[in-house]
Amino acid sequence: MIQLKGVGFSYGDGRAVLSSLDFTLLKGQRVGLIGFNGSGKTTLLHILMGLLRPSAGVVRLFGKTVSKEKDFVEARRRIGFVFQNADDQLFSPTVIEDVAFGVLNQGKSPNEARGIAIETLEKLNLKGFEDRLTHRLSGGEKKLVSLATVLACRPELLLLDEPTTGLDLETCGRIIEFLNELSITYLIVSHEYDFLVKTTREIYSIQKGAVVYNGDSSILHSHYHAHPTGDILHHHEQ
Amino acid sequence: MIEEVFATGDSLMHRLDPRVRILAALAYSIPVALVSRPIPMILALVLSILITALARLQVKALFKRLIVVNSIILLFWIVVPFTFDGETIFEIGPLAATREGIIYAASVTIKSNAIFLAFLALVATMPVAAAGHAMQGLGFPVKVVTLLLLTYRYVFVIEEEYNRLLRAIRIRGFKARTSLHTYRTYAYLIGMLFVRSWDRAERVHQAMKCRGFEGKFYCLTQYRVSLEDIFFSVAMSVGVCAIGMTEWMIAIH
Repeated sequence: MIQLKGVGFSYGDGRAVLSSLDFTLLKGQRVGLIGFNGSGKTTLLHILMGLLRPSAGVVRLFGKTVSKEKDFVEARRRIGFVFQNADDQLFSPTVIEDVAFGVLNQGKSPNEARGIAIETLEKLNLKGFEDRLTHRLSGGEKKLVSLATVLACRPELLLLDEPTTGLDLETCGRIIEFLNELSITYLIVSHEYDFLVKTTREIYSIQKGAVVYNGDSSILHSHYHAHPTGDILHHHEQ
Repeated sequence: MIEEVFATGDSLMHRLDPRVRILAALAYSIPVALVSRPIPMILALVLSILITALARLQVKALFKRLIVVNSIILLFWIVVPFTFDGETIFEIGPLAATREGIIYAASVTIKSNAIFLAFLALVATMPVAAAGHAMQGLGFPVKVVTLLLLTYRYVFVIEEEYNRLLRAIRIRGFKARTSLHTYRTYAYLIGMLFVRSWDRAERVHQAMKCRGFEGKFYCLTQYRVSLEDIFFSVAMSVGVCAIGMTEWMIAIH
């Protein structure tokens, strides 16, 4: 679904974030991407969504090379992107409108959109949240609602940018549970190792602007701090 | 930041279609602002009090708002009676209050209270979000509606950001004084707020684009006009006509 070849990106000040990065994501894969702050994780996701344009390399989505805004507009219909900060994602005054927003953009009628939105909220155990005001939700609720807003569009591929930032254990647990029930392909970017182990099958890390394969998450979890990401602070629950 | 104390309730006013209420508030306040004779003004005030009673607003919150509005009008009373040309009624030192000045100040007081009450009863009884959708339903420009709704949504986020910055400043022992340091700190604070709002706007737009936004908003709300709406519209029209008629009748006599 995703194929990146030799992708490079540097910001205006010449600081290179990504350099000759190769990465492939196949249908059905659940991949975690771990890296330090500023390692280019978010940049990578933004390149995939066409929010940033790479300075070098080729981006292929769903088998097609994408380079122009028009290509990305098409690809975005099939990709769901959950932003790191839920306040950026939820811009509508009420929950139902935000969840229906993407669906309405797909050209569905208001009635259909409302139906799909309510159904999606129910799936996430957010029944009765329809008319709540988005700015009055708690942090955890905001995150779950922003997940709903993306899933309502029925994407084939889900990208999550640091989904656990600032969340309590309970909400984290709900997200882990939900992701495990989900049958679509996804890529999660995070610096929380434990979260990735519980939600993904393969873990890659981003180091010096390139993506490195670390291994199967179940194996990585069982051995004792000898894995390549051992220098990232984390603890294991046994 | 925005409390919306009157927005929830189950009175007749709360039940009415928001579009009908916005239209009624506009159709009512413009003629009321234009009338110049005492009888139609008093008529308008009575009508406004009647609508306010129908909305069953919290009395304490209502008076709090009335006091704010009337304290601004009070400033008017200090200046206008003494600066209008006309027949002198009484004098305080070198200042002479005129009959015309007092009448003018009184008419401003009655009219602004009438319009203010009507807006409280008709428009403040709906959440800002509903007002936005109703405006869209009435054919207001999409840009105006979007601006209103996004402002409403993000004013809370910006307030939070402002408080965070303020805390960061205070925690390091900042005290406001009359000094260059104070002014500079406040300037940084405001500047930072602008920068962050700009960044946020960019991210929000990105998030919208990711969900297929291409510049056009689709409205989810579908309104239906009920019997109560029709009845209220007719009653309001009669009221506005009555105010207009009395003004006109007095004018031609």
